[in-house]
Amino acid sequence: MSEPILKVQSLSRQFRVGGFRSRGQLHATDEVSFEVAPGEIVALVGESGSGKSTIARVLAGLYPPTSGSIVFENKVLGRKPTRSVRGRMPMVFQDPFGSINPVLRVGHSLLRSLKLHRPDVAKSERFAEAVALLEKVGLTPGVEVLERYPHELSGGQRQRLGFAQALASRPSLILADEPVSMLDVSIRIGLLNVMKGLRDNDGVSLLYITHDLASARYVADRMIVLYAGRIVEEGLTEEVIGSPQHPYTRLLMSTAPDPRLKLTDYEGADDLGEPPKVINPGPGCRFAPRCPLVMAQCRTSTPAMVELSPTHRAACYAVEKK
Amino acid sequence: MRFLSSLGGALARASKFIRRDKKAAAGSIILFVLLLITAFPSWFAPDNPSAEIYTPGVGLSWSHLLGTTSFGQDVFSQLIVGTRQSVMIALIVGLLSTILSVGIGITAAYSGGMVDDALSLITDVVLVIPTFPLIIVITAYLKAASFWLMVFVLVITGWSYGARQLRVQALSLRNRDYLLAAKARGESSWYVICVELIPPMTSLIVANFLSSALYAVLMAAGLQFVGLGNINTESWGTMLYWAQNNEALSIGLPLWALAPGVAIAILGSALALLNYAFDEIANPALRPVSARRLKKAEA
Amino acid sequence: MSQPILQLRDLRVEYATPTGPALAVSGVSLDLEQGEFLAIVGESGCGKSTLLFAIAQLLTYPASLTGGTVVFDGVDLTSLSPEDLRLHRWRDISVVMQSAMNALNPTLTIGAQLADACRAHTDWDHERIAERSAEVFSMVSIDPVHLKSYPFQLSGGMRQRAMIAMALLLEPKLVIMDEPTSALDVVAQRSLMRQVETLRRELGFSVLFVTHDMSVVSHFSDRLAVMYAGEVVELGATREVFDRPQHPYSQGLMEAFPSLFGEVRPLTGIAGNPPSLVNSPPGCLFAPRCPHVMDECREWRPELVTNGTHAVRCHLINKVLRT
Repeated sequence: MSEPILKVQSLSRQFRVGGFRSRGQLHATDEVSFEVAPGEIVALVGESGSGKSTIARVLAGLYPPTSGSIVFENKVLGRKPTRSVRGRMPMVFQDPFGSINPVLRVGHSLLRSLKLHRPDVAKSERFAEAVALLEKVGLTPGVEVLERYPHELSGGQRQRLGFAQALASRPSLILADEPVSMLDVSIRIGLLNVMKGLRDNDGVSLLYITHDLASARYVADRMIVLYAGRIVEEGLTEEVIGSPQHPYTRLLMSTAPDPRLKLTDYEGADDLGEPPKVINPGPGCRFAPRCPLVMAQCRTSTPAMVELSPTHRAACYAVEKK
Repeated sequence: MRFLSSLGGALARASKFIRRDKKAAAGSIILFVLLLITAFPSWFAPDNPSAEIYTPGVGLSWSHLLGTTSFGQDVFSQLIVGTRQSVMIALIVGLLSTILSVGIGITAAYSGGMVDDALSLITDVVLVIPTFPLIIVITAYLKAASFWLMVFVLVITGWSYGARQLRVQALSLRNRDYLLAAKARGESSWYVICVELIPPMTSLIVANFLSSALYAVLMAAGLQFVGLGNINTESWGTMLYWAQNNEALSIGLPLWALAPGVAIAILGSALALLNYAFDEIANPALRPVSARRLKKAEA
Repeated sequence: MSQPILQLRDLRVEYATPTGPALAVSGVSLDLEQGEFLAIVGESGCGKSTLLFAIAQLLTYPASLTGGTVVFDGVDLTSLSPEDLRLHRWRDISVVMQSAMNALNPTLTIGAQLADACRAHTDWDHERIAERSAEVFSMVSIDPVHLKSYPFQLSGGMRQRAMIAMALLLEPKLVIMDEPTSALDVVAQRSLMRQVETLRRELGFSVLFVTHDMSVVSHFSDRLAVMYAGEVVELGATREVFDRPQHPYSQGLMEAFPSLFGEVRPLTGIAGNPPSLVNSPPGCLFAPRCPHVMDECREWRPELVTNGTHAVRCHLINKVLRT
């Protein structure tokens, strides 16, 4: 395998919660480490509160990490990423209606991106380049779309625009934060196909952040499952989906709605728990309170990652025992 | 440059919009007439407004459209010449206090932390001071208030409400994804504030301008009415002052007092009408789709 | 079989828009049996939520009912006065909205809000209200101590379950749900659906459930209605629609789900966008996006044709049936 373009080492981000004198620290992500190779789609999967969006936003430089290091294209990122890093690692946002300025034309952000990040494109060529980008993500005819206002685009079209904007800066890695979760089902696939196309045709890597295992399986080469700010399992997509090891991954698998299946023997189907908000945590596995396999050890110390295959790892004492 | 061109675009949109919307049209026609009167009072006023040369206390007639005062001045001429001061106060105070509101409100919201705390504290303090008594005290202390002194007093007492509104609005926009998207694209803070943050707030800023203008007109008239303006200048407020001092209503000259009152009301409603209409200009989603673009889309 | 609890006949709802009236619901006829769970699926803008609003008589300008009847338990709701409607609402028909969990008043305890709902519709005394509130909370697996909690003290899933408890307070015959799960995580979604299902079995109310994500209801609803551009295009037993979808739109929807099982194969979704509802053309509304489009599809609108228990609105299917 070639050298990874992104190496994240023990990344943590905490937020102060509560009032002025409160000591509460919300641990949004804790000691998260992973890598992304060139031309690879990695899915970060987790429920709300798992810290997956926090990771994306720290990577995009929207706020600095509390601790940990990020190495991108062999350079250690500082607290504030430079403009060129922002261009090489742009972000696509979740909300198609909130992520585009409603009073500016569709072309605005595209042309700005080209101006900021693409000195090789002369001013006179920017318009043509923007049109080409729009058509690349399936927004045709590009010339006309460029002139529209955001409210004239549907949700799916807006998200395609998001990818066009990300592409404008010639990225090596796109951070896609739940890009399809607010779209209609029939439109999602189209966007997932756009993402695959970017990987296959342009060699771009993507970090696909989602709560939807099935869509992650559809696009991703590798999968990282997060629970309450920590990685609980990671591996090649088929390894994780084919033989999920961590009890949380199994719970997610069993609750993912799939109309093709019969409703029988769903594991953990009566689980009423939800991911906790991790404020000033003690030691122990964070899934322990909901875990069907919980042991005494789980409540007192944090399980480390156990290697199941060269590419498949999980953080669970029960798995370790087996 | 970009900002100017987008401002130009906004103005072009505004003019198109005004032609279509009845409220906006009515408001701008009134305002336009008043501005014309402000600029060229001699086109409209038949006489020197302060010349006491006519029969005092005459009612309606062709030679004196609104009668004369008990000093023998022409009320209509006074009204026309007085327009200038009221309109100027409205525009200047409106503009200056809006600039102050935008600057303070948006700086507070965008910076956050200590800066926000400090600016919000100042805003709140100014907000709770009872304005009118304060103005009376200041102007009374400084004696005969000149035009600019009055502007100064109205601006420093009038910006706080707008600043508070704008701060709240900017706060709610601050974490919108499109601002984050601009930041993630690598834009500078100035760019984000001027191009991405302020334009969506245009309607609120314009509304702020219009309401501070309205506030200024009423406050100025009030001050002049109680005799705290320069009573020797020509304005609607001083007209009211003289009318009141000479008991215009009881000596059978109601027009002397009514005319400036109605004029103030007309200027006020013009500002209010524009205020309603502007909400739609700033928000393209509320704008009707132009027929041209529809045709294009069909083709 | 007993009389259906709800009968919709040729229901039409229009929205006033600057370019003319948009037909958001055009001629929907459905029957809902006593105790039945009917799911209505469709994409945003297909009129499914508008349909629910029309049934609950909650339409407000610019939407208005322009035709059809809503017969609930023998009474045509469209002909009732606002006061009579108020009697039915909540007591006989209750509604759980999409953002219901955010509809709770943050400054009142949840118990107080349940009590308010009781007082507005019954003359129960304090004890009866407390007793019933505790009862419905237990039904949705929330410890009744949370009646004293404020909404922010509960998680999203618990708040949504509390809303369902509120809807069940007065033992309604029909519970209308508008995407109650869409703000929840998958695990919470699943447990909420199971809860609704169990309660329906126990208490025997009917459920009308609207969602854009048909996989959510795939295991719970008895029948499934697929809506497109204001019309029901397919209606049948849930399993049947899932296993053998007939309308090209339903087929497209089924093809739009990546699966967790089996081989990963390229999917295409449905090309194009839903049509404008203003001045819609004479032909089938799905024709511009349909892979099997024929000449007649562009000329006239197909009817909803029932074959056995399965109804489809498609010229192609009709042709197959005729031959």
